Amino acid sequence: MLRLIKLELQKLWLNKVSRILIFVSFILPFTVLVLSSIKINFFGFFTLELGELGIFNFPIIWHITTFFASYFKFFFAIVVVSMIGNEYSNKTLKQNLIDGLSKKEFILSKFYTIIFFSACATVLIGLATFLIGLYYSSYTEASIIFREIEFLLAYFVKLVGFFSLCLFFGMLVKRSAFALGFLVILYIFEWLVFWGAYEAFGSADTAFKVKNFMPLESMYKLIDQPAQRIVMTKFPEKGDLAYDYALHWYEIAVVLGWTALFIFLSYRLLKKRDL
Amino acid sequence: MEPILTINNLTKKFGYLTAVKDLSFTINKGNVYGILGPNGSGKSTTLGIVLNVVNKTNGDFHWFDGNITTHDALKQVGAIIERPNFYPYMTAEQNLKLVCRIKTVDQSKILEKLELVGLLDRKDHKFRTYSLGMKQRLAIASALLNDPEILILDEPTNGLDPQGIHQIRQIIKDIAANGTTILLASHLLDEVEKVCSHVVVLRKGEKLYSGRVDEMINSHGFFELKAENHKELLNALEAHSNIGNIKVEDELITAFLNEPMSASDFNKLMFDKGILLSHLVKRKESLEEQFLQLTDTIEINQKTA
Repeated sequence: MLRLIKLELQKLWLNKVSRILIFVSFILPFTVLVLSSIKINFFGFFTLELGELGIFNFPIIWHITTFFASYFKFFFAIVVVSMIGNEYSNKTLKQNLIDGLSKKEFILSKFYTIIFFSACATVLIGLATFLIGLYYSSYTEASIIFREIEFLLAYFVKLVGFFSLCLFFGMLVKRSAFALGFLVILYIFEWLVFWGAYEAFGSADTAFKVKNFMPLESMYKLIDQPAQRIVMTKFPEKGDLAYDYALHWYEIAVVLGWTALFIFLSYRLLKKRDL
Repeated sequence: MEPILTINNLTKKFGYLTAVKDLSFTINKGNVYGILGPNGSGKSTTLGIVLNVVNKTNGDFHWFDGNITTHDALKQVGAIIERPNFYPYMTAEQNLKLVCRIKTVDQSKILEKLELVGLLDRKDHKFRTYSLGMKQRLAIASALLNDPEILILDEPTNGLDPQGIHQIRQIIKDIAANGTTILLASHLLDEVEKVCSHVVVLRKGEKLYSGRVDEMINSHGFFELKAENHKELLNALEAHSNIGNIKVEDELITAFLNEPMSASDFNKLMFDKGILLSHLVKRKESLEEQFLQLTDTIEINQKTA
């Protein structure tokens, strides 16, 4: 396993573009966190200090940071699709197999790298959240700090699932740009499913439930948007805003199911293909 | 003899096209094999199948004694397919390090192999800055990293300039001299003739011949003759029982032998008959002539059948 990760990391690390993208996908979430934690003075009229809004309080901070940080997964998504696209365009995939890598090992080396990267990203965001939280949060009891830490797990599963999807699209179309295009198509397709379900069942609630099983939506659902929750903490009396933002085991199960399917399909595709 | 690669009734279909048809042959240790055949005869497809990049339709093959998976066997094989494929953004040395990781061999041989192909001074240059000849030589260095049991080369001199062709051939000869088994696919017959002891001849995916190069067709060679007295020579040749076919091109007569006969015996015979030869050369068919003869006879047989 270590050999396969080393192999892939060498391919990625020596490539300038992917090195920059990896760097960006690690660093950018932090700059945003740092920026949002400083006081922004609007020409002396008023100061906006996000820290004072209570969004850096435990436990809600876990929810907020993982939600926003997950947007930066697109940078590494580019790396994932290009690490497949490049193998095809340089014909190095063929050479790797001739040199004695099995097709299974090839897919696994990509998948292990995805897990490795997602784990690094999760640990980093976890650490940063913990430190920022300690600095700003009004509550610092351990029981409150570590409540809702499961959002980190959700973040990890979300990344692994999304990158596995990218890996599959990369294998499917062999070209990075088209693979990214497929993501957009899938997004539109999921709304079509929603619309179809709405027509069939006549209720938006049921239609959303159907859509929740689609790949992109199931990943998104792992970490629900926190905006409503922030408003709720400011105005607790508005009960109609209440919604279920918690992480559920079945949400994780659906995403893990998709992940397994995407990796399996990538392998099947490669196995069937003549290079 | 120790078999390295055994192929049994291998068939590959691309849709309606049958690229390889019921092919069987065995590669034994220590010999230099050539796979001959015109473009599109299934050479590269066959190699692709045994190298794990093309899926077979029917039949089977196994490496060594058959108790090893194909991808593990390939770690003991060095192969170069058509064009050298490396990561353009890595240097030669970095590329070879990656190959070492794939083959799970020690990285200590990298510099030695780079020196062997004359690329040591360019080891820190990126692969994309290399000329085609240098790329091909790097591919050979990469294929040799594990000191392979067998080296497989598919059209290794394709697209190279004469100097590059010469360098590659020299390297192949050196490797063959060390006792490494080599399998060389090419449509360039003189290339195969210069290095191979055994050949497999393919046409349209079918095997026409496999065996030693010099036993490819039953032939005792031929004489190329010229004489002052053209007519008399022709008559004498036709009368002689040991002479089979006779071809005449202007002054030059080509006489094919039915039985072995040395040039000096023949010269004496003609002199005794009072025919003075102005030109006498004894030759064996070149691989190209043998190849054409083989494909021709089979074509004729097929038409008459």
